[in-house]
Amino acid sequence: MNNSSVAQLVKGLRERQYSSVEVTRSYLDRIAAMDVHYNSYISVDEAAAIAAAEAADKRLAAGDAPPLTGVPIAHKDIFCTDGMRTSCGSRMLDNFVPPYDATVIQRFKADGAVVLGKTNMDEFAMGSSNESSFYGPARNPWNTELVPGGSSGGSAAAVAGWLAPAATGTDTGGSIRQPAAFCGITGLKPTYGRVSRLGIVAFASSLDQAGPMAHSAEDCALLLNTMAGHDPRDSTSSNAATEDYSSRLGDDLDGLRIGLPREYFSDGLDAATRQCVDYALQELESQGAILVDVSLPHSALTVPTYYIIAPAEASTNLSRFDGVRYGYRCDDPVDLHDLYTRTRGEGFGEEVKRRILVGTYALSAGYYDAYYKKAQQVRRLIKQDFMNCFDSVDIIAGPTTPGPAFALGTKSNDPIAMYLEDVYTLAVNLAGLPGISVPAGFVEDKPVGLQLIGRHFHEAQLLNVAHRFQQATDWHLRSPDFATGEQH
Amino acid sequence: MQWECVIGLEVHLQLATQSKIFSGSPTTFGAAPNTQANAVDLAMPGMLPVLNEQAVCHAVKFGVGIGANVNKRSVFDRKNYFYPDLPKGYQISQFEAPIVGRGSFEVLMEDGSTRDIGITRAHLEEDAGKSLHEDFHGQSGIDLNRAGTPLLEIVSDPDIRNAAEAVAYLKALHRLVTYLGISDGNMAEGSMRCDVNISLRPEGSQTLGTRAEIKNVNSFRFVEKAIHHEFERQADILESGGKIVQETRLYDSDRDETRSMRSKEVANDYRYFPEPDLLPVVIDDAYIEAISDSLPELPREKRDRFSAHYGLSKYDANVLSDSRPLADYFESVATGCGDAKIAANWVQVELLGQLNRAETVIENCPVSAIDLAGLITRILDNSISGKIAKQVFEAMWQGEGSADEIIAAKGLQQVSDTGALETIVDEVLGANAGQVQQYLEADEAKRKKLVGFFVGQVMKLSKGQANPKIVNELLVKKLV
Repeated sequence: MNNSSVAQLVKGLRERQYSSVEVTRSYLDRIAAMDVHYNSYISVDEAAAIAAAEAADKRLAAGDAPPLTGVPIAHKDIFCTDGMRTSCGSRMLDNFVPPYDATVIQRFKADGAVVLGKTNMDEFAMGSSNESSFYGPARNPWNTELVPGGSSGGSAAAVAGWLAPAATGTDTGGSIRQPAAFCGITGLKPTYGRVSRLGIVAFASSLDQAGPMAHSAEDCALLLNTMAGHDPRDSTSSNAATEDYSSRLGDDLDGLRIGLPREYFSDGLDAATRQCVDYALQELESQGAILVDVSLPHSALTVPTYYIIAPAEASTNLSRFDGVRYGYRCDDPVDLHDLYTRTRGEGFGEEVKRRILVGTYALSAGYYDAYYKKAQQVRRLIKQDFMNCFDSVDIIAGPTTPGPAFALGTKSNDPIAMYLEDVYTLAVNLAGLPGISVPAGFVEDKPVGLQLIGRHFHEAQLLNVAHRFQQATDWHLRSPDFATGEQH
Repeated sequence: MQWECVIGLEVHLQLATQSKIFSGSPTTFGAAPNTQANAVDLAMPGMLPVLNEQAVCHAVKFGVGIGANVNKRSVFDRKNYFYPDLPKGYQISQFEAPIVGRGSFEVLMEDGSTRDIGITRAHLEEDAGKSLHEDFHGQSGIDLNRAGTPLLEIVSDPDIRNAAEAVAYLKALHRLVTYLGISDGNMAEGSMRCDVNISLRPEGSQTLGTRAEIKNVNSFRFVEKAIHHEFERQADILESGGKIVQETRLYDSDRDETRSMRSKEVANDYRYFPEPDLLPVVIDDAYIEAISDSLPELPREKRDRFSAHYGLSKYDANVLSDSRPLADYFESVATGCGDAKIAANWVQVELLGQLNRAETVIENCPVSAIDLAGLITRILDNSISGKIAKQVFEAMWQGEGSADEIIAAKGLQQVSDTGALETIVDEVLGANAGQVQQYLEADEAKRKKLVGFFVGQVMKLSKGQANPKIVNELLVKKLV
């Protein structure tokens, strides 16, 4: 049960091979023993987890058990959890205990899942390495000298290191897919609006989207079944019908047209990473898929466009952290101005402050047209590029990241280099599309991710392609030595 | 130099909705601080706004009511600034694409003329909370009950030229929105707050001068006083060769003056941008049409109908259509008694006079329209005189019963019986032989005066109950 997939746990729990308390206890024990190395959790409430597991066991015994009953799931510390600290990786919310659950958490609880703990993350989800966390960086279980990626680095590390069978993340510009790629797990960013944002501490409202992170596409589908759906309390959540995301996992790939954007296979891509991606594509081709060259001509504008829109939205989303009602407040403010400036100066870290400044500048009078408005126009062009491709292909494929995980500290003082880590993932958020990262090999013992991008609301198809790939490969089954104590 | 005053008004109208514009909290006035603020209103992390459809409906009603262009696609924006009573650090408002575009509406001025005042736009937004600076020993308290209350900000063109016009405009606006039922119009509770933009220019000039904005003027009277004060202030500056600073000023009603406020914030950059947490508001023709069909008769239509149908003067029609309850009351009285002009007179003079003295409103009037119509009927059928009727009305106001009951109980029935009246007339003529002699020798004008004297004596003797018309006839017959 220790290294079981979510699908196996669901089965094992239902067949009473073990109890939820046993499963939950074993994960809590592993966290206690191992997380000193990974720093993948910010908060773990053992008593609450065990209590939830006990309740789940009762439901299982009563035969009244929704799909994920008894399965422990870790949640990125950006999802508000009723009665449990939600820090968002920031000193600003170090003392913040929400009196409500995010809709995602509510849905997991309603489906019987156990909240295992809250995972580490870049502060306010701003970062690609987890190094901007107030709680120190999470580390990559494949090599703890490496970053796990970010911003959902804690969730990726927890899953990769078997400190959780699965986890949730959020993805504003690659924050699920990039750490999934770096840690050798599967991570899905659904279509914008597919999963409710209510109760998720906002970074960039028009880009944020929550999704599952697990060992396989099959497990991601199980989690998405719980997460997806309309939420009347999130005006941007879609009321498009959901489907059983597991139901199409058997579809074959015969005749599936996969577009390969030439811009994603150009100079910036690490040669060895490219080789992994090429092998993966050959595998899909061997299953009947047709590889097609396509172009996303505005790709070069993706990074600057994203780094106007995301900071602009973030700059005002983070205005509410003012020391007045909750969260960090500076000591002994002498007046209102002092309260604001010191609270925010002391409560936010460097990367967050950098983005607030950039975003404030981009929205300022006299600059708005040149920056924010222009960026929104380019965003439409970027989206149109994808729509044009989807006229002739079913999905788009490429690398998730330009290279594998890098060492801690190597990019943390170079924001531009850090931003370029997300060069292949940002456009998916700008276009609101679903994207998934699938383990596709290793470069010098460092995992590499294959990114698949689908049409809006075609998560089931995307999961199916990922699943078929995983049926034929075992990259997703490999675990780091440290995690299993065994050779892979 | 002669200065012309150029005034534009921004009215913040609180819309009558059960819950707030972006959250489910109630909007009831006067609750204990922060008891009507939920997680959304407090801007707790992860909370999101959901638009209250009723607020949209009210805004569209206003747009249709002034014949404005209702925008089928409007967009909410964030207006960013830091203040403790603004929990999110931004106000959700509408900037580039307001729900109501250009329109205008007719205002009846004090002198009876009418003017069309242009409406630049009207947009939906949320109210902020309140900062309380007293009772906290040098600190400030925040009450977020009001945060998120739906407002419609109605911006006029700079078409207004003086304080009286501004007040007439506001009264007409108040009348319109209460007719539409989109606001309770309760000024004392802040349901209608006004910012006054005012500038001066030499008479005859077409260019606009530099304006000052006077914030949050909360009564018609204060608007008037604030404009007077600000006119004097600006004229003094200009006449002494100075320049007006564009700034926000506050009207202090205690000192009757305006003074500069937030001068540092005048250059505030609100960094407006489309609110990404809300979709654009998209409405279609059918929606606008349905609302248009549901509108009640509006003040101007009602006034015109009162003039045309009941033959009332524009002034009377305007007074009687001041509010829907008053207009309804008047129409019931007019229909009930069958004489609209007398009904109009009674409602305007006696009824409104009593209401004013009692400091109450038509909704709480102790005399029902049917009862007032009953009283007027008794005047019309000569059962009582107009003078007695006032006495009866007084008793009705005190709750002593219907007109007929009071007339019967007090024996106030008018005496029209010729025999009975003749006796009194004879008595009066007998007791005033001198005046009778004068009458017989007088010219036409003097005779009229003397008849008035005799009638007065008869009325006195009859305790006001004699039918003056018959008394007149009798006197003329006897004085030959």
